[in-house]
Amino acid sequence: MEEAVKEIIGESQDYIINMGPQHPSTHGVLRLVVSLKGEIVKNVEPHIGYVHRGIEKMCESITYPQIIHLTDRMDYLSAHINNEAVCLGVEKALEIDIPDRIKIIRTVMSELTRIQSHQLFWATFGMDLGGLTCFFYGLRDREKILDIFEETCGGRMLVSYNCPGGLMYDIHPNFQKRVKEFIKYFRKTLPEYDQLLTGNVIFRERTRNIGRLTLEDAISYGITGPSGRASGFSCDVRKHEPYSAYDRVKFNEITFSDGDSYHRYLARMKEMWESMDIIEQLIDNIPEGPYSVKMKPVIKLPEGEYYQRVETARGELGVFIISDGNKNPYRVKFRSPNFVNLSVLNLISRDFKIADLVAIGGSLDLIIPDIDR
Amino acid sequence: MPDEITMEKAQLTEFVKSLCSDAEVSEGKQFVEAVLPADDLHSVAERLKSDPEAAFDFLFCLSGVDYGKYLGIVYHLRSTLLGHTIVLKTRFNVRDNAVADSVCDIWPAAEYHEREIFDLLGIKFRNHPDLRRFFLPSSAGFPLRKDFVDDENIVVKK
Repeated sequence: MEEAVKEIIGESQDYIINMGPQHPSTHGVLRLVVSLKGEIVKNVEPHIGYVHRGIEKMCESITYPQIIHLTDRMDYLSAHINNEAVCLGVEKALEIDIPDRIKIIRTVMSELTRIQSHQLFWATFGMDLGGLTCFFYGLRDREKILDIFEETCGGRMLVSYNCPGGLMYDIHPNFQKRVKEFIKYFRKTLPEYDQLLTGNVIFRERTRNIGRLTLEDAISYGITGPSGRASGFSCDVRKHEPYSAYDRVKFNEITFSDGDSYHRYLARMKEMWESMDIIEQLIDNIPEGPYSVKMKPVIKLPEGEYYQRVETARGELGVFIISDGNKNPYRVKFRSPNFVNLSVLNLISRDFKIADLVAIGGSLDLIIPDIDR
Repeated sequence: MPDEITMEKAQLTEFVKSLCSDAEVSEGKQFVEAVLPADDLHSVAERLKSDPEAAFDFLFCLSGVDYGKYLGIVYHLRSTLLGHTIVLKTRFNVRDNAVADSVCDIWPAAEYHEREIFDLLGIKFRNHPDLRRFFLPSSAGFPLRKDFVDDENIVVKK
C-alpha cells in the first residue's frame, strides 16, 4: 500500500524552476534559479552575464572622453548621472574648477534623469503587479522628459551630454521654458499616480511586509539608493558628499524604517517630488557663461588612484580610476549599484511565495546591463 | 574643518598601525590607505568592523587589480556611524595561485564582489560560500589580467 503512494513533486525535495533569462518581470536578461517548496521560495540564485560586455576591460584601451559613452550603457536609465560620475572623477584628478553654469545644468539634467527613471520604475512595477494602465501613464509622462533631452542633447536615452570639463554643447534656448512647463504639468499628474496605484488595496496587500530588509542587512550588504533608504540607511550621496550644485539646494533625504517592497516603492515616489523641488530652485538661476572649460586635447590624469561617487536613480555609483599617467586609465572599476543590490535578493525573498518574488525583484528596480557591465 | 579631517586621518593611521605592525599606512590624497600582507587582512578587517572607534560597517567597493608584477585587491570601507573612510590593499606575489581570505563573514556585500574578482582576475578566496564563475563561462581566461590574450575579440592597436 505504501509503495503505491506516489511522490508529489516539490513535497520531499526542492522543486527548481528557471525564471528568465527571458521573463518579463526580470526587465532584461537576468536568470533566477528558484528553489521552491510548494510555492514557497527557498532559495534564489541569480545567474548573470548575459549582457556582459567587459566595459571595465574596454576602458583600459580608450581615452577618458571615450569612456563617457560606455557608461551610458551600464544603467541606461541613469545615463546622464553615470556620465557625470566619470567627468567628476577626471575633473577631481586634474583639479579643474567647474563654473557654476555647468554645475547647475548638470544638476538639473541629473534630476530630470532621476524623475524619468522613477517614472519608468513606477510604470513597470505597476505592470509587474497587474496594473497595465500604469505602464501607459508612466511612459506618456516620461516621453516629455525624453523630448527635452532630445532637444538639448540629441540623444533621448543615452544622452552622453557630459564631457570632462563641462558639457558637449550648450542648452537649447527652449530648455528652461520646457522644463518649467514639464514641472508644472507633472506636479498635477504625479498625484494621479498615487490615486491609481499607491492607494490600491490589491497593490498594498501585495507589497506591504513583503521582502523586508532590515537596516543592519542593508548596511552590511551595501544596499544603497531608494532601496537602502527605505530600510532607514541614510546613504544619499547628494547629502553626504555633495557634488555639482547639490550643496546649494534644499531637499529632504527620504528615509523610511520599514524596508518592505511598499516602502521601497514609496521612497521613489517621494523622491520625484524632491527632484522637482531641486529643479525649481535651480532652473531660473542658470548663470551666463561658457558651457565648457577649455581642456587639453589629450587628457592625461596624474599617476594615482581616484574614487568618485554619485547618486544615481538606483544608488551609489562609484568610479574607481587607477591612472599610470597615460591617456588611457590603467584600471577602471565601476561599483555599480544594481550589482550590489542584486546580492540581497536571495536574503529578502526567502520564505515568500513565488508571486512575491516578482514584487520584490520589481521593488529593487534592477537594471541588468548595470549588473553585468 | 580641514584640521579636523587631517586629525581624523592621523588617528586612523595610528589605529591601523596598532592593529598590524607590518602594515604600510599612508595618508593618501583622498583616503587613508593601508597596504597589508594577505595573511593579516582578515584579522585586521574583523577588528576594523568590530572596534567601536573604527566601526567600518559598510564595504562599498571591492576591486581586483592587476598591477603587472603582482595582483592586488583594494577594499574601500566606510563607517556609516562615524563617516570616515579607509582603503585597504593587499598584494599577491604569485600570479597563478593567489589566494586571499574571504571577508564575506564580515561584510556579506563581499560575496558578489569576490566572485566577480575570481571570475575576471582569477584570485581565489578561502572560505567563500560559493566561489564560481559569475559572468563568463569556465572556458574563458581571466580577462582583466594585463597578459590576457584573446585573438578573436581584442584588436590591439599598433
